[in-house]
Amino acid sequence: MESNTQPLISIKDLTVHFPVRQSLLRRARQVVKAVDGVSLEILEGETLGLVGESGCGKTTLGRAILRLVEPTGGQVVFRGQDLAHLSSSAMRAQRRHLQIIFQDPYASLNPRMTVNEIISEPIETFRLARGEERRLRVQELMQHVGLSSRFLKRYPHEFSGGQRQRIGIARALSVDPSFIVADEPISALDVSIQSQIMNLLDRLKREKNLTYLFISHDLRAVQHVSDRVAVMYLGKIVELAPAKAVYSRPLMPYTKALISAVPVPDPKVEATRKRIMLEGDVPSPINPPSGCRFRTRCPYAIDACAGVEPRLVEILPNHFAACIRISPEQPDIERVAPGAAPGLN
Amino acid sequence: MAGVSDNGNLLRVRELRVYFETDDGTVKAVDGVNFELKRGETLGIVGESGSGKTVANLSIMRLIPEPPGQIAGGSIEFNGRDVLKLSAREMRDLRGCHIAMVFQDPMTSLNPFMRVSKQLMEVTQLHLGHTKEQARRHAVAMLTQVGIPDAAERIDSYPHEFSGGMRQRVMIAMALSCKPQLLIADEPTTALDVTIQAQILELIRKLKSETGTSVILITHDLGVIAGMTDHVTVMYAGKVFEQAATVELFERPGNPYTKALLQSVPDPTSEQGKLFQIPGQPPDLANLPSGCPFAPRCQRAAEICTREFPPFVQITSNHYSLCHFANEVYAESAT
Repeated sequence: MESNTQPLISIKDLTVHFPVRQSLLRRARQVVKAVDGVSLEILEGETLGLVGESGCGKTTLGRAILRLVEPTGGQVVFRGQDLAHLSSSAMRAQRRHLQIIFQDPYASLNPRMTVNEIISEPIETFRLARGEERRLRVQELMQHVGLSSRFLKRYPHEFSGGQRQRIGIARALSVDPSFIVADEPISALDVSIQSQIMNLLDRLKREKNLTYLFISHDLRAVQHVSDRVAVMYLGKIVELAPAKAVYSRPLMPYTKALISAVPVPDPKVEATRKRIMLEGDVPSPINPPSGCRFRTRCPYAIDACAGVEPRLVEILPNHFAACIRISPEQPDIERVAPGAAPGLN
Repeated sequence: MAGVSDNGNLLRVRELRVYFETDDGTVKAVDGVNFELKRGETLGIVGESGSGKTVANLSIMRLIPEPPGQIAGGSIEFNGRDVLKLSAREMRDLRGCHIAMVFQDPMTSLNPFMRVSKQLMEVTQLHLGHTKEQARRHAVAMLTQVGIPDAAERIDSYPHEFSGGMRQRVMIAMALSCKPQLLIADEPTTALDVTIQAQILELIRKLKSETGTSVILITHDLGVIAGMTDHVTVMYAGKVFEQAATVELFERPGNPYTKALLQSVPDPTSEQGKLFQIPGQPPDLANLPSGCPFAPRCQRAAEICTREFPPFVQITSNHYSLCHFANEVYAESAT
């Protein structure tokens, strides 16, 4: 963990609700609660990993921080300013400091622009450099992300997926941001290229004092790059802890199941390991279950889980989990008496 | 199909070559590939995009679009008969009945305009001569077997009314309807979440042990390979780079590419820090370097590697590696 533990971004009670288009006859208005009351601090200089299954709201959360989707409630405080309530012109000025790397390196680069144009555009927009200075800056960025500046005149389709992702990273870095949302930056890449991009992101972070929100469904990757990891389920953070602890000692039953579902590249481990099989699919975020949202798939659920929405509680030092069946005194759910809910007291 | 016993091999692919004509020249997507599959076993095929793993398996089903593709050579023996020499009619009988396939994206492989019931019933009506009632009863039983709750009611739904994991179950039910001898699963869980992936892999394990079907599992995920397969074939640039029993391959790889691939997966139990990385880019198949196609990215590459194509070395009785230094790499892996 980094020694500097000042929060760079403080998210308070953030919600993003999308209205669902209703049919003429059905009057009741329905909303998808993609992000539903998330409070989270992203510390200066850290990589905060955000994991969860598709539809859990991790991408929406990342985008809501940057106002790429509009939050419907709550705050995102960055350097004393609440980004969620800035005017669009004031927000535009802040975007220099807040950048994003997208999952799909094919869809996120304009096919009609050369690499030079793609990387220069943000520099122009924010009037950071012109002429010769800008040219040098673009060259330097290319070098930083491991691309030859011979490629500057080429178009995105002339590059492989991994190279395109490097171009996307150079574009994000071109305005010297302090915070980057990396939204599944390696999911579309081959295994041999994934490790290249993870190492690149790690090196750039150290060289440029960056802070990352690293969003991924790949637990192995998240665990490797992150200082802390937040686990999301149906719009809520259900566990938050140092990366090592999440993996070695998950507390919340969902995290336990998630980790046990990741296949281990070792046939001997795979042959003997005990898996927690979850039943069914993630419920719809339009009508999430009452109380704990995971209770419908949770092997440890009791009746009380339907009645209380669990809060994120510091169960072990720096290790938070949202589950009424555990408490700081009884952190291990397997040792809690059947039917007991120590977190309620 | 008459079962001819040949060392218990259900499938034998010999010197398979599949070429595609493109604007950039001939792409040798699969170039001299050999592998075999014993009855009741699971073979894993690993490789990155463009390695030829999917093309090789589409060839078994004779599903290569011609043109631009062309099976340029080799043989594919299934139950002792060369699939490449079958007539269109014989091929139709083989597909879906004796060999079935499950693809990565269940949404694009199911017909979106057709109820699931109809799509499932079609298979057995066509191949097993079922009547409508028989086919429907069979379809409900199959859906129940793959773990779809309330199968009798849900069977008349359209594909979009199912979740991704449920759709993949439907695909598996369809593939197994005629009790095929061989199931080819091409990245069956890549589009799914990990908890759903675990369910589907468990389902394949269970069905395999119940029906004795042989399975070819194509994936880029070494974790899935480790948990599911008996033997592994590693592909790169249209060639087989290594072949071994799964446990042996993970413990003692005999090829630098396999070794590098295993090292570049982050291990949650070890310290964070710099991850092992394979430098460079996957090769351009229309423009392969002379010598070994992996040489430009290989840590071990020597002068001979860029000059001469490597031999397919037999390291032990069933461990092969395409490398000038196969035996050395294997020896180093022991420590």
